Amino acid sequence: MVRIADMKSTLKLFMRAYRWRKLGEIEPAQREKPLAECRVALVSSAGIVAPGQAPYDQKAKVGDWSWREIPGDVDVASLTEHHNSPSFDHSGIEADGNMGFPLDRLRELVADGIVGEVAPRHASVMGSILAPGRFVRKTVPEIVDAFTADGVDVALMVPV
Amino acid sequence: MCPQTVGLVQGALESAGITTTGLTNVAEVSEKIGVPRALAVPWPLGFTMGEPDNPALQCDVLRQALALTDRDDVPVIEAYLRAVEND
Repeated sequence: MVRIADMKSTLKLFMRAYRWRKLGEIEPAQREKPLAECRVALVSSAGIVAPGQAPYDQKAKVGDWSWREIPGDVDVASLTEHHNSPSFDHSGIEADGNMGFPLDRLRELVADGIVGEVAPRHASVMGSILAPGRFVRKTVPEIVDAFTADGVDVALMVPV
Repeated sequence: MCPQTVGLVQGALESAGITTTGLTNVAEVSEKIGVPRALAVPWPLGFTMGEPDNPALQCDVLRQALALTDRDDVPVIEAYLRAVEND
């Protein structure tokens, strides 16, 4: 577990001073069928892109708020990582794409009968968004619409 | 910022009727944001899934995170219980 108290001083000060967004009251969306029958989608903040997709903007001052649709049949080894944060060690994701986008593992859970199926589309974002206004107004509804259209039953968040 | 970014997506999906769960490596942030369900993992930033090229461990992380979708007593943040050793 990473504790804010243990972070480097500049990062610790930032993490304590930053005004984190709060979701407020949320009515839980109860799963209506067994997990073994559910269609599951991933949401990764590792800044990964699929072949042919534009990389994230590394220089955007308050963060690149765009997203990429990652096809459910993508080869994980073909994904590239474009996260601009110096606050984490990128070597894990560089060695194994499943560290930021565990699609191979989700496929294995399907093969084992634990999960019903892999969704046809997944969401990639670059997590370092300091001012999330446009992300919330534009990107988030697009992800919700895509997952709703695809009949996603369960979505799994993977921050880095 | 990653826990906030995915947390904002998570809240919107849950509000739209899609059951959500997730991982967090900074549980304090996920708690402040108020995500519905999260599995708190014990590894450093960049290693949310545990270890590269350790499919057994990575699958176990996903299994425990997905098991939280049984829960409706949200918000719930549970610690990952390691049951898988290194390959």
